[in-house]
Amino acid sequence: MKRSTLRENHISFWDRIHIDLPLLLGLLVLMGVGLVTIYSAGGQDMALIERQVVRLGIAIGVMVVLAQVPPMAFRRLSIYAYGAGILMLIAVLVFGDIGKGAQRWLDLGFIRFQPSEAMKLAVPMMVAWYISKFTLPPRLPQIIIGFMLVVIPTILIAKQPDLGTSLLIASSGVFAIFLAGMSWRLITIVAGLGGAFLPIMWFFLMQDYQKQRVITFMNPESDPLGAGYHIIQSKIAIGSGGLEGKGWLQGTQSQLEFLPERHTDFIFAVFSEEFGLTGVLLLLAIYLFIIVRGLMLAVRAQNAYSKLLAGSITLTFFVYVFVNMGMVSGILPVVGVPLPLVSYGGTSMVTLLAGFGMLMGIGTQKRLLSR
Amino acid sequence: MPIKRQTIRDHTAEANLFARRAVIAGLVVFALLAMVVSNLYFLQVEHFEDYQTRSNGNRIKVLPIAPNRGLVYDRNGVLLAENRPVYSLEIIPEKVDNLEHTLIFLQALMGITDDEVEDFKQSLRGQRRFKPVALRTRLTEEEVARFASRSHRFPGVSIEARLARYYPYKETLTHALGYVSKINKKDLQKIQEAGEEGNYAATYDIGKLGIEKYHEDILHGEVGYQQVEVNSQGRIIRTLDVQPPIPGRDIVLNIDIRLQQAAQEALKDQRGTIIISSAHTGGILAMYSNPSYDPNLFVHGISSKNYSALLNSPDRPLINRATQGQYPPASTVKPLLGLLGLETDTVTPEYSITDTGQYRLPNVSHVWRDWRKWGHGEVNLTRAVEVSCDTYFYDLAYEMGIDSISDYMSEFGFGDYTGIDLYEESDANMPSRGWKRARFNQPWYIGDTIAVGIGQGYWTTTPIQLVHATNALVNYGARFVPQILQGYRGADGTMQPEPLKFLRPIDIVNRDNWDVIQDAMYQVVNGEVGGARFAFADTPYISAGKTGTAQLFSVAQGEEYEEEKVDERLRDNAMYIGYAPYDKPEITVAVVLENAGGGSKNAAPMARLMMDAYFKLYQPELFAAGQQTNGELSQ
Repeated sequence: MKRSTLRENHISFWDRIHIDLPLLLGLLVLMGVGLVTIYSAGGQDMALIERQVVRLGIAIGVMVVLAQVPPMAFRRLSIYAYGAGILMLIAVLVFGDIGKGAQRWLDLGFIRFQPSEAMKLAVPMMVAWYISKFTLPPRLPQIIIGFMLVVIPTILIAKQPDLGTSLLIASSGVFAIFLAGMSWRLITIVAGLGGAFLPIMWFFLMQDYQKQRVITFMNPESDPLGAGYHIIQSKIAIGSGGLEGKGWLQGTQSQLEFLPERHTDFIFAVFSEEFGLTGVLLLLAIYLFIIVRGLMLAVRAQNAYSKLLAGSITLTFFVYVFVNMGMVSGILPVVGVPLPLVSYGGTSMVTLLAGFGMLMGIGTQKRLLSR
Repeated sequence: MPIKRQTIRDHTAEANLFARRAVIAGLVVFALLAMVVSNLYFLQVEHFEDYQTRSNGNRIKVLPIAPNRGLVYDRNGVLLAENRPVYSLEIIPEKVDNLEHTLIFLQALMGITDDEVEDFKQSLRGQRRFKPVALRTRLTEEEVARFASRSHRFPGVSIEARLARYYPYKETLTHALGYVSKINKKDLQKIQEAGEEGNYAATYDIGKLGIEKYHEDILHGEVGYQQVEVNSQGRIIRTLDVQPPIPGRDIVLNIDIRLQQAAQEALKDQRGTIIISSAHTGGILAMYSNPSYDPNLFVHGISSKNYSALLNSPDRPLINRATQGQYPPASTVKPLLGLLGLETDTVTPEYSITDTGQYRLPNVSHVWRDWRKWGHGEVNLTRAVEVSCDTYFYDLAYEMGIDSISDYMSEFGFGDYTGIDLYEESDANMPSRGWKRARFNQPWYIGDTIAVGIGQGYWTTTPIQLVHATNALVNYGARFVPQILQGYRGADGTMQPEPLKFLRPIDIVNRDNWDVIQDAMYQVVNGEVGGARFAFADTPYISAGKTGTAQLFSVAQGEEYEEEKVDERLRDNAMYIGYAPYDKPEITVAVVLENAGGGSKNAAPMARLMMDAYFKLYQPELFAAGQQTNGELSQ
């Protein structure tokens, strides 16, 4: 009895503060998994955990704040956010700071800023705004313009070079167009064109180090101590985890530092090694739960803009999961995509939770209004 | 943006379209996740063992542990080669806060030179920071103590011990015992050819000479292993498993260190060699080659200055004269030649010649002279051996011919390796017609045979060959390989005696002939005109033997050899072979003294010293009061 009353009280409370409780719980569980794994991967360094907790706190704060913003406000902001983002991307290419061999940062004097992160949200906002101006499904001219809106920032980011982010941004825009109801005939044609674009990308757009990653991905054993080392060690970590895993803090590949980028991009290998396939399935269940919940919120959203934005945010979240797991387990080339909410690191965390904030805002809007 | 074809927005249719697309997207998501899962199943379940193996291969390293080398004892259990800890001062760079300061303090404390610091910094380069690097090796005990009391002030600096060979008897045993030294490229190649590289993975030293080299397989032992977990930099995290090494077997030599020392003392500064062997087994009781050198110099790497001094010394200390020295046997082989004469019926014991001091052959102008200018008068075989009459043996050799001599002496082992357990052995030369043809492309001349008749000419022997042949004589033709190794301690601690190695025995025609020859050698020591009678006067045991004086310098026809006029290095070698007790031989002794002059005057007394030393140790009652003298017994 007590429980049900609590629940009834809380539903109204969570709705009032625009927080989707199932989504929040899913995200919190993921963050917990992340902290536990980072503790192991980072050599039981509490300082690392403290920094991650601080970041999570900030990111959750951003999420809660953005959840309060009505979706229509984002809709109005879309074009400005997108325009400013494009300008900043150009600025990065011209004036940007070089970190880790790539120009990604823009130093505005008081803050170092990564415009490509902002574009992860600005692009789906812009595409959703543009497509939703018209009736759905979108027609060819709208689709062409929609793709243009995606391709421009994608190329600018790929030029930095940051293949992972450009991939995420491209998919976020494409998802919006797909969800809007782009016809299957067109999808087939675009897929064909995309196939034709691959060689162009290889010869004109990709940097040598990116090509090397692809070559290494195709045959990691060709260079076991060089470029293939990451993948080989990662597969050894995952494979040796077996069904039940070696146990928390017991992963030899990670504890003995054979695995590179343990607490960041390759944290999934640490998790797989220590918790095995069983743990991985549970982790995937959490991700799937979040994705399904996100899609539900999108479907229930009030208007086309909200639906497209919510769907795009959710599916892009999935792309993170898929690309990260795929690259760490050797079925995709290594592009710098973190395992969302589990990997150590700040920037993408804030963007992700900002997206979830928008998603929650969209998800709670309708019910509040219908009351 | 103006839109020409205005359509009325159907919110329900749009919512349905979106919912369908969302469901499709959800299905694609599910399919792709299923793909991820199936790949993980492939990695974690189907190929689990494969990746587990590779994971273990990453983290588990097997480190070899060197076995302790077997110790070497003499026949009475005296330690001849031991393993002593040697200490080195080592630094683990990453554990040192300030390496420069530490080095300065250590220089002050330990008196470490700038050169050593320079060498240290050299070996530091390209080395992992957690691997220890030696600053000084072979610390003295005083240095160890000095550092140990202050070690707390030097974190990351420690004293490490390793076992290294030490030879307490130093130069006394070098040629027989040999030494170990650091494994070099050539050794490594041999180890690899033998497929032993695993067994030597942690071994530092290897036998380079003598017994240490010959019996390396017994002494070395079996490598052990330590399974450790390492991280990606190779740092050892923990030990998982240890399989201890099996130490090498302790070995016991036939050598009696006291006799060895006696031989060394007897030789003093005299170049030459003394061998004492057990008459019935061929076991080597003493084998000393002079000059010698300290084998410990080699264990830790001899300086090139010291080494070239050894290498270039005119006294050739690196040679084991006992087994590598090739000397004309001179008169020491007269008993064997006499034996051949008897066995082939060339002469009888009674047959005699009249020696005038000169020997001529029909139609040959050359005159062969006896060592005694005026000759020995009428001599039979026994007397000829006793006084070492040259003329008798010129004639005997002439009568027997080189083919018969060469064949028979080869049966005694001349011209061949005895097979002693030393790699440092030469086969010397037993000349024959075929040998001379092959060597000089010349026919064999009768004069060559005459020279062989007194153990000169092309005939050379090693001292160990003389001992071996003498053993064959006293054992009536039975022959065994002379061995330094007596046995080794088995895994259960019991002694495993090294079996005797028999060689093809010499066919006996008539055993009496052998007795005649042994009696002749008895006369050399005990006869009224015996060549060694003064040297062996009043011994409390009865021995037999034969002297020899080998010419290294050809005296021209009609001239006389005058010792003082001849270059010291060309003076005669003094030689002696003998055995005792005469009736039941226990030991055989060979003495070769380079450029020392006559055998009876120089070598025989030294052989007596050796026999005295032996009997004083093994039959001290002979030397007790009321001793019997040689003279009394022989009467």
